[in-house]
Amino acid sequence: MGPLSILSEFPEWLNLLIALFIGVGFGFALEQAGFSSSRRLAGMFYGYDTTVLKVFFTAAIVALVGSQLLSFFGLLNLKLVYVNPYYINATIIGGVIMGAGFIMGGYCPGTGISAFSIGKIDAMIFLLGGLAGAFLFAETFPYIQTIFLGNYKGEMRIDEWMGVSTGVFTFILIVAAVFLFWLAELAEKRFSRPEITSEI
Amino acid sequence: MNPYVAGTLLGLVLLSAMFLSGRGLGASGGIKYAMVAIVGAVDKDHAMESTYYSKYFENGESPLKNWLALEVFGMVLGGFISGAISHRLKFKVEKSPKITNRKRLLFAFLGGVFFVYGAQLARGCTSGAALSGMAVLSVAGFVTMVAIFGSAYLFAWFFRSLWI
Repeated sequence: MGPLSILSEFPEWLNLLIALFIGVGFGFALEQAGFSSSRRLAGMFYGYDTTVLKVFFTAAIVALVGSQLLSFFGLLNLKLVYVNPYYINATIIGGVIMGAGFIMGGYCPGTGISAFSIGKIDAMIFLLGGLAGAFLFAETFPYIQTIFLGNYKGEMRIDEWMGVSTGVFTFILIVAAVFLFWLAELAEKRFSRPEITSEI
Repeated sequence: MNPYVAGTLLGLVLLSAMFLSGRGLGASGGIKYAMVAIVGAVDKDHAMESTYYSKYFENGESPLKNWLALEVFGMVLGGFISGAISHRLKFKVEKSPKITNRKRLLFAFLGGVFFVYGAQLARGCTSGAALSGMAVLSVAGFVTMVAIFGSAYLFAWFFRSLWI
């Protein structure tokens, strides 16, 4: 029963080896998805390429449904799986800053690493900027601690917050995703940029 | 690869991380550990005095001996393998033909600074907070996703000359 490393008390080296293999799979999937191209990623925000939305929502739903099934059959204890804590201020302000970085740089950290791994020089520079951003955060940390820790809501879950069962919420999310996929296909026709998409 | 197939593959990798290690994926965290290791190597005294860095050196081991750091190292290998299989390995600056290399690289750097600063504040990026957070139904995951994409759409108009 999972999570294996917790319930089977794996030694540290084994958990780190798992991390390495998970990383190989993660990097492989991102690159195969076409996420090593900043012009493809940026297409999400101008409508000419919506791969980001399709891959992102498909992945979230596969992991969500998969983990619910494993839990249902008693193979995974979801109470032992990390749930991101919700700090309202930090999550929203951080998210807005990330969005600005996305449209300037054309990558997020994961896709930047993916593009770096196949030799994109702009991705190397993006990651250097990322190191600088992490450094800037560490050095300014004493001044922004109140934002970082403000409005803490704990490990809040969206199905509980909406007052519906996990199954109902999962169903709503799938319907919403299918609607978004349909919109994405429309957008790619409406905002098509053949001169860009032929190059990426 | 077809985006829905690639998304399914990515979802299975995330599910494996949840099943094997009880956690989601991450990317900006690995960048943070790399930065902490660099600061520790360059100025150990500064790292030990700071409330921010010192916690990463408490156990006396390298900050790189860490789940996220190893995972990010694996990501580079995985991306390289994929690029080799699909014949995409090539050193190049990817940009719109309407802008110079210099402008592209300047904004790539700035984008990195903003993105990872924001990710540290929000406790995760598109991978660790938005995608992994949504898979465990955390409100933080959904809010991060809406904030990142909403903000990028909002700013897209100002930076359109970089891309279209």
